[in-house]
Amino acid sequence: MIYILQHYWQALLWSDGYRMTGLAMTLWLLVISCAIGFCLAVPLAVARNAKNPLIWFPVWLYTFLFRGTPLLVQLLIIYTGVYTLNFVHDHEMLNAFFRQAINCTILAFALNTGAYTTEIFAGAIRDTAYGEVEAARSLGMPPFTLYRRIILPGALRRALPVYSNEVILMLHSTTLAFAVTVPDILKIANDAYSETYDPFSAFTIAAGIYLCVSFVLIFGFRKAEQHFLAFLKP
Amino acid sequence: MFDLAGYGPQILAGTITTVELSLLSLVVSFVIGLLGASAKLSRNRALNGIATVYTTLIRGVPDLVLMLLIFYSLQIWINDLTDYLNNVQSSIDFEVQLDPFTSGIITIGFIYGAYFTETFRGAFQSVPRGQLEAARAIGMSSLLVFRRILFPQMMRYALPGLGNNWQVILKATALVSLIGLSDIIEACKNAGNGTFRTFYFMCVAGVVYLVLTTLSNGVLMLLARRYNIGVRRAVL
Repeated sequence: MIYILQHYWQALLWSDGYRMTGLAMTLWLLVISCAIGFCLAVPLAVARNAKNPLIWFPVWLYTFLFRGTPLLVQLLIIYTGVYTLNFVHDHEMLNAFFRQAINCTILAFALNTGAYTTEIFAGAIRDTAYGEVEAARSLGMPPFTLYRRIILPGALRRALPVYSNEVILMLHSTTLAFAVTVPDILKIANDAYSETYDPFSAFTIAAGIYLCVSFVLIFGFRKAEQHFLAFLKP
Repeated sequence: MFDLAGYGPQILAGTITTVELSLLSLVVSFVIGLLGASAKLSRNRALNGIATVYTTLIRGVPDLVLMLLIFYSLQIWINDLTDYLNNVQSSIDFEVQLDPFTSGIITIGFIYGAYFTETFRGAFQSVPRGQLEAARAIGMSSLLVFRRILFPQMMRYALPGLGNNWQVILKATALVSLIGLSDIIEACKNAGNGTFRTFYFMCVAGVVYLVLTTLSNGVLMLLARRYNIGVRRAVL
């Protein structure tokens, strides 16, 4: 274990000398995919609650497909599958995009977490107290202002505890990047294992790092809840 | 439409492996969850501490990391153990080889046991205490209290959480292809590599998972109806 720590600490934390690896890579994957997923989820959650079936059905289909299949399958479809399609091969920009493992990984992660987040936010929007909406309407708010001022701020606050779970699950899912050769913490730990044949030490170190990140996230979200949900205190 | 290019039997076998693995892991984690929840709710400090450390550690670490950790270490530990036993008692000479399937079940069961522990703990607490005390008072043994009073009512509260956990387990079995078990993903990967139609065959794997999750949703709905018999709901 000492050997692994001495030789791999830098790679495990931020860089192996050539590129970003380890903890930095994991956090980057987490932040970028959660950010894209969040931006995707807010409008989709509004659309998910629309009355028009032409609007809510595609969103339902998207969340159904992405929540019903494992992330690994989605990742493999995007990473190994899409690249074998002819039109992707022939198109210059698509070709450049899908050739990079990191792009495919971020795309798969963002779409996956976007689907889960959409359902979380849609549930929170559905739980909006009818009195709030009626009060806003009676003041003559147009629909856009109604969403911006009344529905979304309340719904996002209420969704915060569930959303924090989703972010932590996403942290756990980023380990799948290792399956497509993205050098995250687990990939480095796996390299250390291949060199030393000491699986227990190598993966325990990785587990320890992930545990610390989880605790930091949990702590951060608890602080955020105290701040944003202060009005719910008994 | 469904042209499987002769890989049909392999994909079917992979699907069966996936389903078997998830069902057996479900049983293991169900049992661990019940034990863990009892330990967490018991007055014994040591049991309480062990269960808390178990759930906190397991739920804080990604399942794939744990899977690799346990999967690769388990065989080494077992070898060490059998070596030790052989040294102690040199007359017997035995070794245990774990196949990926068994260690997959043990690993997934152990990991998701932590999640089941939390689900069951909440459900145990939702059963009114008075009923348990009444059962004790008329002289039921604690096993009988568990079987007749606690379990049937606890299941009603636990069912939504259990359903979620089951779906997560089903999807987590996809990870075993990374530790070399020939499940549905491995089969579809092989088919894709053999025919150069990776996209199509990975989508087949996705569809199989979709069918499985949709089917289990239906079963869960039936189960919920069964366990909610006799519960009056507020009409909104």
